[in-house]
Amino acid sequence: MVRLITHNMLACHVKNCTKDNFPLAFSDVELVIRPAPENLEFINRFLPKLDWKALVDTARSLGDTTLPETMPESFTEDELRALHHVLMEMHVEEGNMTCRGCGHVYPISNGIPNMLLAEHEVGR
Amino acid sequence: MSLPTPQIAHLTEDDYEHVYEPAEDSFILLDALEADAEELRHAKPIICVEIGSGSGIASTFLSNLLGASSSLVISTDINHYACQATARTAQANDTTLNPVLCNLVDPLMPRLENKIDILLFNPPYVPTDLNEMENTQSLRDIGGAWAGGNEGMVVTNVVLEQLPRLLSPGGRLYLVAVAQNKPTVIADQLLARGLLVKVLQRRAGRERLHVMRVTAPA
Repeated sequence: MVRLITHNMLACHVKNCTKDNFPLAFSDVELVIRPAPENLEFINRFLPKLDWKALVDTARSLGDTTLPETMPESFTEDELRALHHVLMEMHVEEGNMTCRGCGHVYPISNGIPNMLLAEHEVGR
Repeated sequence: MSLPTPQIAHLTEDDYEHVYEPAEDSFILLDALEADAEELRHAKPIICVEIGSGSGIASTFLSNLLGASSSLVISTDINHYACQATARTAQANDTTLNPVLCNLVDPLMPRLENKIDILLFNPPYVPTDLNEMENTQSLRDIGGAWAGGNEGMVVTNVVLEQLPRLLSPGGRLYLVAVAQNKPTVIADQLLARGLLVKVLQRRAGRERLHVMRVTAPA
């Protein structure tokens, strides 16, 4: 259940990978839509936390083209509803997330993103 | 108003071979959250993170306390059995959590830098030798749930070190500690770094458990 709201918070953290390490690119995705209770007030409060461009590009890569290229100044209810769907209801159950900077692949299995690194990849 | 303790009947002996079974330290954390429930709802936290979610009982409790689709709760664990257990516990309690298999909050930085409104951490707090702590962390299984190295503080200290970069203004950490972790020393160190600390719950049993609430300046 990697929802796009979570995906929008995940970056590659391989040692010395600082360029193009976000957002991670989905591939070989099994996508499941699961209705979630609608709370548009929460979606509205969440807006400042989003990286809009990353979200739009990611949603489009998964075939959802409902979000506008640039973030609206203020959202209509329909726009918030579309955003609710993209953030809260699109679940990636299986697939890969690849860093566009270093190429590291983070697999998603059974809905869990595996963000663990091997000892030599960890930057501390 | 009393909140129900999350259902965990779906977790079996087989699960508890690999995942820490909720025990007194888990429940004292729920008690601390419940005591703050009104305040927490009122603060309308947007992003919550639990480090080392294990069975998922605390993340589930927090998620249900705040209400459906009212916040983003991300639950990390270094143990893949725990991530699966967390997802199942959420499901069994009609909520949605977001388990991430990772060390502490590694892949959430830099995106969540100073954006975490509520952070929960029931760390591996048992004093052990450093080797045991390092081995259990790298095995990524149940041992990592308790072996805490020197004074039981090695893993906790890594998180406390990062804390000012994690919490949002006014954001809070709920931390479980035992007497051997020296809660008063922890508190003094955090106070010296400009964080507010309050010991919320204390229990006298065998482990002398504490829950500390650490708040970032607003």
